[in-house]
Amino acid sequence: MKSPAEAFRSFAASEIVPRAESIDQTGDYPDEVIKGLGEAGFLGATISSDYGGMGMSELEFGRVSEEAGAVCSSTRGLLTVQGMVGHALERWGTPDQKKTWLPRLATGETIAAFCLTEEQAGSDARSVGASVDRHDHEVEVTGKKLWITFGQIAGLFLVIGQHDGHPTAVLVERDRPGSRTVPVTGQLGMRGAMLAELHLENCRLPVANLVGKPGFGFTHVAGAALDHGRHSVAWGCVGTARACLEASVGHATTRQQYGAPLADHQLIRRKLTEMFTGVKAARLLCESAARLRDSKDPGALSETMTAKYFASRMLAEVATEAVQVQGAAGIKGGSGVERFYRDAKVMQIIEGTDEMLQLTIADFAIRQQAT
Amino acid sequence: MGSEPNGAGDSDHLKSEIRSFVGSAFKGKELTDNEDIFASGVVNSLFAMELITFLEGTYSITIENEDLELENFSTVDKLVELVERKTASSAAAS
Repeated sequence: MKSPAEAFRSFAASEIVPRAESIDQTGDYPDEVIKGLGEAGFLGATISSDYGGMGMSELEFGRVSEEAGAVCSSTRGLLTVQGMVGHALERWGTPDQKKTWLPRLATGETIAAFCLTEEQAGSDARSVGASVDRHDHEVEVTGKKLWITFGQIAGLFLVIGQHDGHPTAVLVERDRPGSRTVPVTGQLGMRGAMLAELHLENCRLPVANLVGKPGFGFTHVAGAALDHGRHSVAWGCVGTARACLEASVGHATTRQQYGAPLADHQLIRRKLTEMFTGVKAARLLCESAARLRDSKDPGALSETMTAKYFASRMLAEVATEAVQVQGAAGIKGGSGVERFYRDAKVMQIIEGTDEMLQLTIADFAIRQQAT
Repeated sequence: MGSEPNGAGDSDHLKSEIRSFVGSAFKGKELTDNEDIFASGVVNSLFAMELITFLEGTYSITIENEDLELENFSTVDKLVELVERKTASSAAAS
């Protein structure tokens, strides 16, 4: 029987690889691929079987994220964000919310999106300004959310706002009056991630749409989502870097210069060594994080952040060198490594910028030394 | 890892384990059992998640939505009460 990662690799070979460049070039993610991912169960990878998901372990999901990152970061983004909202709902949603939404997320009938960033809030997530005001049995949400992965097609948005100064999470269905999305196009990387802004103007929702209690929307609901997202992104970076390495080895062993393959030249060998080592080291960190997550170890959070930090920076270096190894061929649109190079930059920003992780991981380092 | 608390001795042991975990985030600073953990400004929001993972993993309990009250997580004493309450209710249910 195939492992989930092997199953994903087979699916990707026929359904994603042939489309990866056009997804990037058009910025349009094909409905048929989403349908296929849903039918194969990958959109409910970590949702428990009680709700129709695959109930993968963290390690299995990590390896699937690696495979997705190796072929198409926009696809990895779809798996990530669907998992983020699914995980937050399964952890902190009400029984009705779980029963209503998790089976739909698991099959891909509904695509979910996570909405935190605003014009004046991102890394400083506690400063979100979207208001969630209570009116008897309803809440009214007003605000504008930016950079929403798959926001163009999502049917369900997990929105982080403020209720009387308390960070609060609320579910907003796409068809709610007062809700509209504005597509965002032309970004540097992950160009097939169907980015959008979400505009909410006096959008009325039942109180039952609140996720978790007011005051816990950031620390617990968004925290659970972001932690899941960092794990998936870290593994995705390993996959993209692996693809860069494979492309570099392929080019370096076939292109001849000065009467010998590039791979025989010392400066190229050094690049291949750095790539090879970086991919292996990042994967080991990701495996360590996944195992801690699977064993419900409190150290999982810091290990996941460390893995994401290392993996995204490693990928930035590996993707740069992958273009360099290919020279002019590497900068050509459709070369593969050109796309990976642009996608790599995005990974140093999403689910915690390098700088925010530098500030946070230092705390973990100091704490570990003090004990 | 810890065990499920059953009596007074276990309660002391429970408090000691929780104090030790919370103290690990305070970088050597002293913290009394009734001192507000989050009001101190020493720990960040991520610690709230680590704390839940620690409590659930160590004491085989599940922190539910209805447990999400700031007071439940505010001090070592309150955390001990929460764990004892959750352990007792799961024992009664089984």
